[in-house]
Amino acid sequence: MKPYDIVIIGGGAAGLAALKGAYDKSLNICLIERDKTLGGILKQCIHNGFGLHHYNEELTGPEYAERGIEEVLGLNVDIFTDTTVVDVVKENGTFELMLMNTKKGEHRIKAISTIISSGCYERTRGAIQLPGDRPAGIMPAGSAQRHLNIDGYMVGKKVFILGSGDIGLIMARRMTLEGAEVLGVAELMPHSNGLTRNIVQCLHDFDIPLYLSHTISDIKGKSVLESITISEVDENFDYIEGTEKTFEVDTLLLSVGLIPDINMFDSLKFEVSKKTGGAIVDQTYQTSVEGLFACGNALHVHDLVDFVTEESTKAGQQAKAYILNNKKRSKNTLYVTPSSNISYILPQTLDMDDDFNEVVLSLRTTTNALTGKFHVYQGETLLFSEKAKFVVPAEMEKIKIKKEHLKHSGPISILFEVVSQ
Amino acid sequence: MKKEMICIVCPVGCHVSIDTKTHEVQNNKCKRGERYAKKELLNPTRMLTTTVNIDSIHQRRLPVKTTDAIPKEKLFDLMDLLESVEIKIPVNLGDVILSNVFDTGVDVVATMSLKD
Ligand SMILES: Cc1cc2nc3c(=O)[nH]c(=O)nc-3n(C[C@H](O)[C@H](O)[C@H](O)COP(=O)(O)OP(=O)(O)OC[C@H]3O[C@@H](n4cnc5c(N)ncnc54)[C@H](O)[C@@H]3O)c2cc1C
Ligand code: SF4
Repeated sequence: MKPYDIVIIGGGAAGLAALKGAYDKSLNICLIERDKTLGGILKQCIHNGFGLHHYNEELTGPEYAERGIEEVLGLNVDIFTDTTVVDVVKENGTFELMLMNTKKGEHRIKAISTIISSGCYERTRGAIQLPGDRPAGIMPAGSAQRHLNIDGYMVGKKVFILGSGDIGLIMARRMTLEGAEVLGVAELMPHSNGLTRNIVQCLHDFDIPLYLSHTISDIKGKSVLESITISEVDENFDYIEGTEKTFEVDTLLLSVGLIPDINMFDSLKFEVSKKTGGAIVDQTYQTSVEGLFACGNALHVHDLVDFVTEESTKAGQQAKAYILNNKKRSKNTLYVTPSSNISYILPQTLDMDDDFNEVVLSLRTTTNALTGKFHVYQGETLLFSEKAKFVVPAEMEKIKIKKEHLKHSGPISILFEVVSQ
Repeated sequence: MKKEMICIVCPVGCHVSIDTKTHEVQNNKCKRGERYAKKELLNPTRMLTTTVNIDSIHQRRLPVKTTDAIPKEKLFDLMDLLESVEIKIPVNLGDVILSNVFDTGVDVVATMSLKD
């Protein structure tokens, strides 16, 4: 069988945008999606707040997904839903993908280039080591969201939420509206990770208390969850004695972080960033394995779907260019490294032989600031500084660098200076 | 009496307070905060996004939204009203599920198309 030019793994916001970006009449393209329908995580995010950047209007998750799906439906490409990619290897310069579905069972396809857009998964209780008993009734907030919004059942009636990220806040409101009692949200950090709008409209609107600098100190329940206890923590995140509060609940939702879902690609052995949990890529979104690209939440966790679409469209275009121009990877690599107060920068490398005028770097800080400055260096040379306002770790920042600036020696590094907090 | 609230019009997020009798607003860094606080005190409104029953093979619930914000105190009433709604496929994005709820001029519409 003739190999596909490009195979895209995952049909969420990222895969759909990558498909649109990669499309060319002369190319043979295939998209594979595990679910019965396209759209990914957006289908369960029934709330508003998507698309303000990309479509200039406020959409719900399913509406955003449907637009993306409509944009690719007429294209002459193969889309296989209800099909899972179980393994990918690269042999003699060609990718071989092992697929699984109920109709054909296990089967294989080949590809010259592959795009990973398989999204992310939620951290579970094992990943954060909760104390106490291990009864049923503890689950990631996104799973509860799927059960409620798609499968149509409530996971519990008396709920507590650990973690103040947006998914947890959105679920606090959603479950309250559906008749559950949400007794509170606990956040380990002294500040919330969620948008202020969500704090106000998901918690304050329903008088749900937010316990900052608090975490779970005990869990009780033999087979099913009976109660949880929270305690205040000090600067070292140690429990402060005497601050315990106990809540009788049947459900504990965890909103404690997302991780790129790329375990099934282990055989490919591409370099992975410890910070993002996703692949290390250059500005063309190419990984350390030639012809393998990554985008969306499978590359790094995004807070805004609009940025997923923007990034993945570019990844698709780059995969197309890779095939059409028969591009080979150069050895002229420049590293991009985070310095003080920066947790990560993406892309982590720049291919300096690539034909580009400027590159947009996505980055997250480790600290909040009302006002601050980003300082961009190459080696010891300060290239430029840029002011920033209302910087929070939960929101991604973007910085543009022109290729013409990069004529010094040494890696690029960026540091963030807090001016006021 | 004073009511405390956080202005969400811009990312500054001022902690403003408003006098429930005189409607005097304090601690707002700009005019928009004053408007926000008055609206939140006198006529707070919210969009509602939720789901209703559907007979699709893909999912048991159809996501829906209000076409505009409705008075905040009507949110739970609207949830009750939507509980008995049963939608049959096919349904298209934007199809009206309930029209002119509580005489507000606001409709509830589907936010997803489901064909089978
Ligand atoms: C719970 C949650 C709530 C969010 N809320 C908001 C919000 O309010 N506003 C906002 O702007 N953004 C929000 N986001 C962020 C944004 O919606 C997502 O970042 C974006 O939709 C992710 O798109 P994606 O395509 O990268 O991932 P996904 O949508 O997860 O798509 C990945 C797809 O890959 C498929 N897949 C995975 N592995 C395989 C495999 N082996 N074989 C075949 N297919 C596979 C999956 O089935 C899935 O369809 C939220 C994200 C999450 C997780
Ligand atoms: S009062 Fe003005 S400055 Fe303060 S949050 Fe509201 S809009 Fe922003």
